[in-house]
Amino acid sequence: MAVRRLSPNQPKEPFEFSEENLAWAKEQLKKFPEGREQSAVIPFLWRAQNQNGGHVTQPIINYLADMLNMAEIRVYEVATFYTMFNLAPVGEHLVQVCTTTPCWLRGSDEIVKVCKSKIAEKQQTLSEDGKFSWMEVECLGACANAPMIQIGDDYFEDLDEKSMEEILDRLAKGEEVKPGSQTGRTSSEPVGELTSLTDPEVIQGGAK
Amino acid sequence: MPTATVDGIEVEFELGATVLQVCELAGKEIPRFCYHERLSVAGNCRMCLVQIEGGPPKPAASCAMPCAPDMKIHTDTPMVKKAREGVLEFLLINHPLDCPICDQGGECDLQDQAMAYGVDHTRFEENKRAVDDKNMGPLIKTIMTRCIHCTRCVRFSTEIAGVTDMGLAGRGENAEITTYLEKALDSELSGNVIDLCPVGALTSRPYAFTARPWELRKTESIDVMDAVGSNIRIDARGREVMRVLPRLHEDINEEWISDKTRYIWDGLKRQRLDKPYVKKDGKLQPVSWDEAFDAIAARLKGVDGKKIAAIAGDLADTEAMYALKGLMANLGSANLDCRQNGSSLGGERSSYLFNTTIAGIEEADAILLIGTNPRTEAPLINARIRKRWLEGGLKVANIGPVADLTYDVAQLGAGPETLSTVASGASDFAKVLKGAERPMLIIGQGALARADGAAILAEAAKVAETTGMVKDGWNGFNVLHTAAATVAGLDLGFVPGQVGKGTRDILTGAMGGEIEVVYLLGADEIDTGALDKAFVIYQGSHGDAGAHAADVILPGAAYTEKNALWVSTEGRVQAGRRAVFAPGDAKEDWAILRALSAQLGKTLPYDSLGELRTKLFADHPHMAELDTVQTGASLDLSKVGKAGEMDGSAFRLAISDFYLTNPIARASAIMAECSALFDGRRQEEAAG
Repeated sequence: MAVRRLSPNQPKEPFEFSEENLAWAKEQLKKFPEGREQSAVIPFLWRAQNQNGGHVTQPIINYLADMLNMAEIRVYEVATFYTMFNLAPVGEHLVQVCTTTPCWLRGSDEIVKVCKSKIAEKQQTLSEDGKFSWMEVECLGACANAPMIQIGDDYFEDLDEKSMEEILDRLAKGEEVKPGSQTGRTSSEPVGELTSLTDPEVIQGGAK
Repeated sequence: MPTATVDGIEVEFELGATVLQVCELAGKEIPRFCYHERLSVAGNCRMCLVQIEGGPPKPAASCAMPCAPDMKIHTDTPMVKKAREGVLEFLLINHPLDCPICDQGGECDLQDQAMAYGVDHTRFEENKRAVDDKNMGPLIKTIMTRCIHCTRCVRFSTEIAGVTDMGLAGRGENAEITTYLEKALDSELSGNVIDLCPVGALTSRPYAFTARPWELRKTESIDVMDAVGSNIRIDARGREVMRVLPRLHEDINEEWISDKTRYIWDGLKRQRLDKPYVKKDGKLQPVSWDEAFDAIAARLKGVDGKKIAAIAGDLADTEAMYALKGLMANLGSANLDCRQNGSSLGGERSSYLFNTTIAGIEEADAILLIGTNPRTEAPLINARIRKRWLEGGLKVANIGPVADLTYDVAQLGAGPETLSTVASGASDFAKVLKGAERPMLIIGQGALARADGAAILAEAAKVAETTGMVKDGWNGFNVLHTAAATVAGLDLGFVPGQVGKGTRDILTGAMGGEIEVVYLLGADEIDTGALDKAFVIYQGSHGDAGAHAADVILPGAAYTEKNALWVSTEGRVQAGRRAVFAPGDAKEDWAILRALSAQLGKTLPYDSLGELRTKLFADHPHMAELDTVQTGASLDLSKVGKAGEMDGSAFRLAISDFYLTNPIARASAIMAECSALFDGRRQEEAAG
């Protein structure tokens, strides 16, 4: 993880929540007693980031600080603390590659290699067509299906070089991709056949 | 009271005390970096680890743990020793070993504690991290690689200074102290983060690389930048003041000082008057003391006392005013005034003092500000109000220009009309004041330094009377002075008598020719254009407005260069001490007046400062009682001020630019830089 700072290029125009998000925000604020609005800063930053195409900007920080009655530096602290918040523009498809030990043992280096060749040599930079960017992340909690990545809100699991390339190619063409395991198994069931709980009676007996 | 044992010593403590405080009660020193008595507890440096018997089998951070009755605490076990060594080793992992070029060297908490509690080697072989330096303005120099993330600066600026600009960005290895968008701290107390910083991450920019703490001669003195009377320590090397630091005084400045107090020192070296001057052929020419005195004697010869006047400036010391008053009496003149701004304060002592006292603010529960911005006029009084406000239950209202005072203020109005509504009880805030147990008002020079000042003062006294601000054990009527000299001047009676002329009349008199000779004792805040026709004698330390209008200049000593008494807005008499000698031919002010009096044949009856003080104490006994405030004095509110017609115009603040209020500040390059930066920013904000 590197030093996280706001991107040097910041939009001049102020940020505002969309109508839908503003309605949501007003509803959320009712949950907090007066003077404690700042507790809502994380979900608000998250909404704002999504509305803004995936990254947090200085106008967003100023807007939320004002809305939540807190100092700008306090919003900035939160935005720089959590890696969920991107501080520089990201691609429409943000590829987050898990490189923590289980994924790494199962070949995340290959996945990173594909990202480097297909998206950009350096992480957190936009691809040439501007549609992609990638970044290494810490464990995303799907170790049973390692190696895995997250694109947008979806997990893509049981990857190898080939399936990774295919996903990126399909996304680049604007085609549908199927989230989840890319080898066809259901969630995190065993890769081959069942090795335990093979006796249906045991299962049914357990259902009694 | 419950008791606890620290290393076998049994101590009594009050419930709510932390383990660290209890250890201190037992006389045990606990090393710490993040913990500070006046800030909230952060508990992140882990240096204060102690062992607690019966607790979990690990060291506990004593600063954040409340002490329980019968707790058995150990501060000298092998476990504690090992824990401290471990913490220091971690802190030093990323701390550069640049002590030889670090300005904190010699007064560095990390250096000292590493010597006392650390180990002599490192096991860390990886690269140390480096952190970008941050821009924090012209006063604070940052070397952020040295930062150990104690967050004292963040807590100080948020809690005490009341500006939430600083924060800790990032996390873990990449955590950095920064200000939002790297703007300079917009606080008049910002310099205090330098004292708080336990390492050399935040140091004084103007002082950078100029001196080492062990070469400095330390003199305990009193600040004169405002009327608060902050206790300071002047550090000098040779004949040069190198820096100014705060000194602890719980009842005045606690352990903070304002930026003007701290950074004024470069002004002491510029624009100095170091030789007497006399105007010859329309031009000021350097002369000897004798020639200067001769020129004055020649001009004064045969001039009627009624045509002579004296005005004392904001930085005039008590002894000099006493001597000048004596000289004026000998010359037969009653035209003297210590109120450059033209206010009409005077009379009974408690009618012009800050009677509640600064420490007393902590007991107040409602405050009415009249024509004052304490943040610029007395930053430490403002910090005290904020401290009280943070505790909760304090209501503050303001009559006068709107200002950001770092706490919530109800804006009632802009001028005398609003004051009248409060006095008549019609305003809602009048009810708040009436309902309050300990209400107080603070009336500033902005409301008093006008032609109708006496009427406004009377109206304020009426507010105090109708809302019961003065009662047994509580006096809530406060006048906030902006000049260090004014209270002393009023105490000495450095005001026109029944027949004399005040500042306003002296200036108009000088224009009309009724006043021929004007003696300015460091008076620079007056309209010197009015003195064109008069013969002006200027005695002071800096070549400012007064010296430009002068016919004779007598070079005096600045506040760091003389032993002198100062009386604060609370009425507290404190002794300032000489840290360095005055430059060139400049002399201490009382001595100049004594020498001049001999030349004029009106010799003052003392030959030394000691003799002068003996006379002064005989005439004004309270001047001998150093560092005490008069409490419980009666105050007849009906006699305060003079009821009369009030002009409807809004109050204007006494200070328009915090950084440039006196001749020393106007000579300081640091103050000029601050003024340009913060003024520019304010204008930007006003425009955008």
